[in-house]
Amino acid sequence: MPERITSSTHDEAFREELLAVLPHLRAFARGLSGRADFADDLVQEAAIKAWVARDRYTPGTNMRAWTFAILRNHYLSELRHNKRQTDMDDNAVERLLIMDADQEAPLHLSDMETALQKLSAERREAVLLVGASGFSYEEAADIAGCPIGTMKSRVARARAELAGLLDDEPGVTDARKKQPQ
Amino acid sequence: MNQPKGNGDPEKVPAPGPTVGREGEPGWAGGLRKLYNSVVDEPLPDSFKDLLKKLDGSDDA
Repeated sequence: MPERITSSTHDEAFREELLAVLPHLRAFARGLSGRADFADDLVQEAAIKAWVARDRYTPGTNMRAWTFAILRNHYLSELRHNKRQTDMDDNAVERLLIMDADQEAPLHLSDMETALQKLSAERREAVLLVGASGFSYEEAADIAGCPIGTMKSRVARARAELAGLLDDEPGVTDARKKQPQ
Repeated sequence: MNQPKGNGDPEKVPAPGPTVGREGEPGWAGGLRKLYNSVVDEPLPDSFKDLLKKLDGSDDA
C-alpha cells in the first residue's frame, strides 16, 4: 500500500492551480472533441500528465496555457490512435441544450456545437482558444505550436466559416434578436 | 490575414458578412462563449473525485 508522501508546499500550490483550471480544460476539451465523455477522459489524462510534469512548470506563469497545450497534444495523439473524432455524441448536444434551458437566452447551442464540429480541427481549436477561452493570439499560437500569423488567419477563417454556417441556419441569430433587452 | 487590423481605414473593410465586425460582434460569437462557459460552470463530475485524490495523495515520480 503506497504510503502518503508528504507533498511540499510547491506541490500544494501546483495542485491548487491545476484544480482551478480543470473547468476550463473541460470546456476546451468538449469543444475540441464534441463529446462529453471523451472530453472528460482527456482532461483527467491531461491533468495527470501535468501533475507528473509539474517540475517543468514555473509557478505563477500561465497554468491555463500550459495545461491547454498538454491537453491538445494529448488529444491529437489520441486521435491518431483511435478514430473517435468521427462520431458526434448526440448526448453531449442534448446535455448542452438542457443546461442552457435553465438560463435566460434561448440560444440554440446545438447549432453552434454542430457548426463548430464542421470546422477543421485546426480552425476549431483556434476559434476555441481565442474566441471562447479568451487567449491572446500569441498565447494561442504558443499552445498550438504555430506561428502567430498562422493562428490569426486560422481564427479569421474559422470565424468567417462559423458566420456562414450559422447564417444558413437562422435559429441562432433569430434567437438572439428575440432576446429581451 | 483577411482580417484587417483597422489602420484607420474603415471604408475598405471586406467583412465576410454584414453582421461580422470587431466591436459589434455577431450573435454567434457570444454563442460560442456561452457554449464554452456552460461547461466551465458545470460542477466537476464524480469521475473527477478519484483524480483529485490521486493528485492529493500520490507522487508518481
